Amino acid sequence: MNVLWILLLPMLGTLVPLLLAKQSRSRNAWGTAAAPALALAILLSTTQSVFSGEVLLQQWQWIPLLGLDLTLRLDGLAYLFSLLILAIGLLIILYARYYLSEQDSMPRFYSFLMLFMTAMLGIVLSGNILQIWLFWELTSISSFLLISFWWHKSEARRGARMALTITGGGGLCLLAAFLLLGNIAGSYQLADILEQGALIQQHSLYPLLLVLFLLGCFTKSAQFPFHFWLPNAMAAPTPVSAYLHSATMVKAGIFLLARFYPALSGTELWFLLVSLTGLTTLLVGAYLALFKHDLKGLLAYSTISHLGLITLLFGLNAPLAAVAGVFHIINHATFKASLFMAAGIIDHESGSRDMRRLNGLWQFMPITATLMMVAAAAMAGVPLLNGFLSKEMFFAETLQQHLLGALSWIIPLLATVAAIFSVAYSLRLIHDVFFNGQPKGLTKTPHEPPRYMRLPVEVLVLLCILVGIAPAMLVGGLLNSAAAAVLAGNLPEYSLAIWHGFNLPLLMSAIALAGGVLMYVKRKQLFDFQSALPGVDTLNIFEQLMKQLTRGAEKLYNWIDNGSLQRYMALLLTAFVILAGLPLIQMDALGGGRAEIPIDAVNATGAAMLLISAFATVVWHRKRVVALLMISVVGLMVSIAFTRFSAPDLALTQLSVEVVTIILLMLALFFLPHKTPKQSEPSKVVRDLGLASLVGIIVGSLSYAIMTRPFTTISDFFIANAKTGGGGTNVVNVILVDFRGFDTLGEIAVLGIAALGIFKLLTRIPVFKPSSDGEGRPWARERHPLLLATVAQSILPLALMVSIYIFFRGHNLPGGGFIAGLITAVAIILLYISQGVDWVKARMNIEYQRVVAVGLLIAFMTGLASWLFGRPYLTSWFDYFQLPLFGEIELASAIAFDLGVYVTVVGATLLILASLGKMTTSYRPTHKEQL
Amino acid sequence: METLFALCIGFLTACGVFLMLRGRTFPVVVGLTMLSYAVNLFIFASGRLNLKGAVVLGTSDSYADPLPQALVLTAIVIGFAMTAFLVILAIRARADLGNDHVDGSMPAPRHAKRERTK
Repeated sequence: MNVLWILLLPMLGTLVPLLLAKQSRSRNAWGTAAAPALALAILLSTTQSVFSGEVLLQQWQWIPLLGLDLTLRLDGLAYLFSLLILAIGLLIILYARYYLSEQDSMPRFYSFLMLFMTAMLGIVLSGNILQIWLFWELTSISSFLLISFWWHKSEARRGARMALTITGGGGLCLLAAFLLLGNIAGSYQLADILEQGALIQQHSLYPLLLVLFLLGCFTKSAQFPFHFWLPNAMAAPTPVSAYLHSATMVKAGIFLLARFYPALSGTELWFLLVSLTGLTTLLVGAYLALFKHDLKGLLAYSTISHLGLITLLFGLNAPLAAVAGVFHIINHATFKASLFMAAGIIDHESGSRDMRRLNGLWQFMPITATLMMVAAAAMAGVPLLNGFLSKEMFFAETLQQHLLGALSWIIPLLATVAAIFSVAYSLRLIHDVFFNGQPKGLTKTPHEPPRYMRLPVEVLVLLCILVGIAPAMLVGGLLNSAAAAVLAGNLPEYSLAIWHGFNLPLLMSAIALAGGVLMYVKRKQLFDFQSALPGVDTLNIFEQLMKQLTRGAEKLYNWIDNGSLQRYMALLLTAFVILAGLPLIQMDALGGGRAEIPIDAVNATGAAMLLISAFATVVWHRKRVVALLMISVVGLMVSIAFTRFSAPDLALTQLSVEVVTIILLMLALFFLPHKTPKQSEPSKVVRDLGLASLVGIIVGSLSYAIMTRPFTTISDFFIANAKTGGGGTNVVNVILVDFRGFDTLGEIAVLGIAALGIFKLLTRIPVFKPSSDGEGRPWARERHPLLLATVAQSILPLALMVSIYIFFRGHNLPGGGFIAGLITAVAIILLYISQGVDWVKARMNIEYQRVVAVGLLIAFMTGLASWLFGRPYLTSWFDYFQLPLFGEIELASAIAFDLGVYVTVVGATLLILASLGKMTTSYRPTHKEQL
Repeated sequence: METLFALCIGFLTACGVFLMLRGRTFPVVVGLTMLSYAVNLFIFASGRLNLKGAVVLGTSDSYADPLPQALVLTAIVIGFAMTAFLVILAIRARADLGNDHVDGSMPAPRHAKRERTK
């Protein structure tokens, strides 16, 4: 349970600052700090077991079939990172209490900060790679929120957007890499993947997987050429820079390199990509840092450079180098976070971060100056400080590798060059800010910060010194267990001593220190050289690129989605022709050899009528009423075809739907133009004809190919069980209300939804009511012909009786709820047509949307009823009873379900038609009408 | 018979598709109706044609395949709901936008339309 709380406490802590929003600032800060402090205590309680090499694993199953579990895994590496995240996080909370001004919303800041902390802990503690990815994305989002915390500043918004774009893009690459990884390893569990190193590296997709993985890591850890987002993210408040952009988030990429070190490292490709990227970043970052006038800008580039150093170490494919990498992660986090916080103090107390104006601050803030000097010295690699130790190890490792063959000596050389720059910019940081004359044009007089604002810096600087003097005692265990986790247990021999005798690494350190001092003294020439180079405004270039990308996407989008249904249809149908046509071409013969039924005169006549009326519909489609009449013939012929080919249920349904459809379209024509103007160019007509013919040919051929092939059907099961299992002899109906009852429930739900949608569409419609037909003839004055009215009225009870009969016999003979519902609806619609809405409304004032609801409810409850008997949803029941006069009758739960279908169909059909019909009357639906 | 039936399905499909490619709402609705006839017949035919197949148990040994029939039965009803929705959408679109185009062209004054057809 422990490990879960480490993650859960900060997650709950996200809410604390919001709940304490009304309290004083200090209370808010203390309240916020409580959760991570508790989590830290829990983490420290696991120290013993983690250091002894134990891996604490906790797992909760979520969707085991998909391999999705909540897995938490605490080993040495996770412990190290959790410690950094929680401990530095606590210091940052304290620091931010004093850093944020009265105008800044403290609860919002703390809440974002805790969200970030949760996400970061999630990455390091997850034991499932998809889970890692989820938290990975969450860090990108919370970092976006934190960078844009001062959203009123344009640079903050732009910097946040850039950071999100770069790290988010990397996150997508990482997702692809993780999916590949999971597929290759056959599991998304971290523990499984780490054991499959050999298998993964021999897989043909390993290069792709590695590149995608590294893209994710490098974007996050600001490696060249993706480094440019980090300096722009410095628009964030300084606590954020100290926490996210030096100590934790930018190390997430490095963390992944370390985490997957056992599975992915050791290959030539890994070395080339990782170490060369790291080396380039190390050099570029160190060089550019020297020329930044902005205090935070200098620190940002220095961070980039140090991240490059760590990456280079992990790329060297040597166990000792990995140990050095882990060690430098610890050291960098301590000295860089303290430097950032000190820079924030200077900014806060003097009102500027520009090193051209900040001079001689020593006299105003000697304590802060001392702290910053120690931290900067650690960064430069001065002996007796922690930075010296890891840098020494780094130099030793660059000398050990022979990966570039005869040119291997280049790596230690370039490493020394980078170290020279590192010393030079550290020196500049100290000399420029605290000495070098007097401050120029500061808005306020600098002074020491509040006592507790300096405390976090003091703690970290103290650590720098202590680790520098007694490394083995302080971080020996931590480093051991973390490095063991990275190297999967194969920890090499190493010594954390301060003094290793006179050797080459020591010489390199000495050269770096001397060279750095020299470079700083001679900086004038270097600055002149650099200022002669054309400046690169990465933010503007990036935004221009983004704009172009957006414009290109817009263009493509507008080309595809130009608002023309014809365009979409043409694209869709072309795709269909290609996808369905190609397999047909590859087939040897269309016919499948099944004997055809001979054509008789009746069938031939029917087919001819069908073809002629379909053709007539197309030819006369401009005269809409005529087209409507023609298509009704098509519908009739289709229902006759169903009768002919042994499908009476279908024929009945088609017939009644046909009537309803034609009435609906007639009604619609009242509101639409009666003629279609000739508009298409001939070429377009030819194109459409061609496309339509192709689709027709393919569909017809497919149908022929299917019909002439012998087949077996799963229907034998339905036929065998309809009577014994469903209690009915009409198999079609039994399938609908029993075997596939759940489908039918879904279908009537769709019907109801469509009807409701139509009802809503017709509400408050600014309708145009034509006073004459398309030819300009006025409507007939006699609105409700007497003859029709009389017939309709007398037919109604007969029709209702027929529909009841059809309904009840449905289970055993052709009929059922669908058909009965349609017949009832048609009878009532006839009444509407003949007598008018007012007449019907006076006699039958029903809201059809309620009818639909009742129908759906009946069907739904019938299904539920089977739960009462401990059976699965929609299990059917039937039995036979003897009744006097009637004889034996059957009662089946399917009848109740069918009743639901019946009521829904009646309600939906009438809702559709009556709503449209009412449009011409005073009963037009408006918002006032009850919904 | 199968040949003729397939011919009918293909022809109905072609007619439906052609109408659906027109630039106004009403022909599209008619086209969709026609296409749904074709699709229903297509699904129905996948159970093979059977002139004298039994549909009710106990009347004959040779049964018409009931499964495609059950599928098509609901397809007919849903098809009606869809056609209805589409046609009401067309009415609403005409009421709100003032025209019944689906070809993506902006509502243009009458004389401009005439120019476009040239």
